[in-house]
Amino acid sequence: MALLDTRARDIRNLPGVGVTAALAVAFLYAPILFLMLYSFNDGRSISRLDGLSFRWYRAVFANEEIGGAALNSVLLAVIAASLATVMATAAALAMVRMRVRRKAATYAVLNFPLMVPEIVTAIASLIFFSAIGLGLGFGSLVIAHTTFCIPFAYLPIAARLTSMDAGLEVAAADLYARPLRRFALITLPLLAPGLLSGWLLAFIVSLDDFIISSMLSGPGSTTLPVHIYSMLRLGITPEVNAVSSLMVLASALVVILSGLISRRKT
Amino acid sequence: MQDHGDACRLTGLGRTYGRGASAHHALGGIDLAIRANEFFTLLGPSGCGKTTLLRLIAGFDQPTVGEIAIFGRNVAGMPPEDRPVNTVFQHYALFPHLTVAENVGFALRMLGRPRTEIAATVARMVELVGLEGMEKRRPDQLSGGQKQRVALARALAPGPKILLLDEPLSALDAKLRQRMRSELKALQRETGITFVFVTHDQDEALAMSDRIAVMQGGKVQQLGRPEEIYEAPANRFVADFIGGANLIPARMGPEGAVAEGLGTIPATGTGGAEVTLAIRPERLAILPAGGHQPGDLGPLTVAERIYMGNELSFRLEGAAVPLHVTLPRGGLRGALDFAPGDRVALRPEAGAIRLLAS
Repeated sequence: MALLDTRARDIRNLPGVGVTAALAVAFLYAPILFLMLYSFNDGRSISRLDGLSFRWYRAVFANEEIGGAALNSVLLAVIAASLATVMATAAALAMVRMRVRRKAATYAVLNFPLMVPEIVTAIASLIFFSAIGLGLGFGSLVIAHTTFCIPFAYLPIAARLTSMDAGLEVAAADLYARPLRRFALITLPLLAPGLLSGWLLAFIVSLDDFIISSMLSGPGSTTLPVHIYSMLRLGITPEVNAVSSLMVLASALVVILSGLISRRKT
Repeated sequence: MQDHGDACRLTGLGRTYGRGASAHHALGGIDLAIRANEFFTLLGPSGCGKTTLLRLIAGFDQPTVGEIAIFGRNVAGMPPEDRPVNTVFQHYALFPHLTVAENVGFALRMLGRPRTEIAATVARMVELVGLEGMEKRRPDQLSGGQKQRVALARALAPGPKILLLDEPLSALDAKLRQRMRSELKALQRETGITFVFVTHDQDEALAMSDRIAVMQGGKVQQLGRPEEIYEAPANRFVADFIGGANLIPARMGPEGAVAEGLGTIPATGTGGAEVTLAIRPERLAILPAGGHQPGDLGPLTVAERIYMGNELSFRLEGAAVPLHVTLPRGGLRGALDFAPGDRVALRPEAGAIRLLAS
């Protein structure tokens, strides 16, 4: 054993850890489990179980408004995440690999959307888009979502790029690879895990957004969270539980998928 | 032998970083002609400019002043991908997502060579460095020595006119380093490629090189064959850096150089001039004081006896600076041993004392 034993102490030896952890987990997940359980309710009540059925799931899949909103959300998230990933990659390449003047200021501007209260961004975008005559709708949503997704895509990409050996690109140049091929054959494949986590993070953040989407979506471009909120105004039915459970399932699948891919990559 | 001209000619080469008062002159006034087919070594301590020079030849960096010609062709402003030069990097820089075969074939693929030619060359290179059967492995499945071989094969595969090696052995353990020295030297002889080898390790440089340029402070201090560098160092720095030498201050008198505590060493020079005497620790015989002969130095006092297994070393006091004398193990059999406090004299081998301008 080393003279200085730097092995971490087992957290379970700290007093009260078990109780605290159990409470935290309960408060985090009990509501979600509750919601999922009642999504299988055979009755209309959201507080009394009248047997189990897939009735409300059938209702969700039969509801064209929910289907349309879900499609909008996914389409918007795919487009916004992809655009944000491209821009974040360009930004990360410049910030990590090149000499940039006022780097700290540039970094702050890049991450600005993380710090500004979302309601402010939402109202500002609403006013700005109507002032320049852009109007509400899918186009405005794409612009706004891309903007606030950039920092989420940027962080994992920049982290990956920082940990990558810049010497590999020099070595590729030494071995007769021109700049575009260096990027395509060396930088891009090694950056792939960062690109994937950046894209997924942006995708989830976009899919999940409510405040900005509720301000900017016009008729026909309603996203799923906005639509669920509007359903609540007509009273809570297990149908809301069912569609929410489906969203949880979709998010979980995305997270598991990214975990599996990143494990295989490394 | 056919005349190949110079592989690489450097003229008035300099590299300065920054501007004005904070400018750092990493390299200045370098004039070198590296011959074709030669094993040429840039030797010096860290920060001496040797790696900067290598980067300029490879094209990773551009000189502030001066010219570089590779086989007669001026390569000013030319990016690395256009130079007929390949590099073995200090930490190998193997592409982690490519297999050994893909790493070795990378340059040929970039040059657009046909698939069959690439496969044949890769097979030949893998065999040359003794990595048969490892073609499908990735770099993280290789040991340090194997990575070193892949890096070598990858740089040799496109058939460079000059191979640059940046401290390629420094990351290996001592035993492997010893073996790779011989292999590198043999490889250079077999391929006939000009090697430009950068190292801070004088043993490596002496063992492998045809010629060595000793560098310090961004300048070449001495250029010559290993024997010349070792036996006839041009200045204090070279004498001290290569092999270590006793550097003794002296003043020229009528009969030779007079050194405090040692006596007069026959030499000619301007009277009164300050000079430095350089003497290798292993080129001095040590004997008991008393039987003093003309030409012996001393007497001196033994201050420390240092046993190092294959040799025995003494630190002597009584001169202007402490002197070191090293006896090979064979010398011990002559029962020549001394303890601290013993009075001794020194008898230099013929031609062992070099006079350097100080």
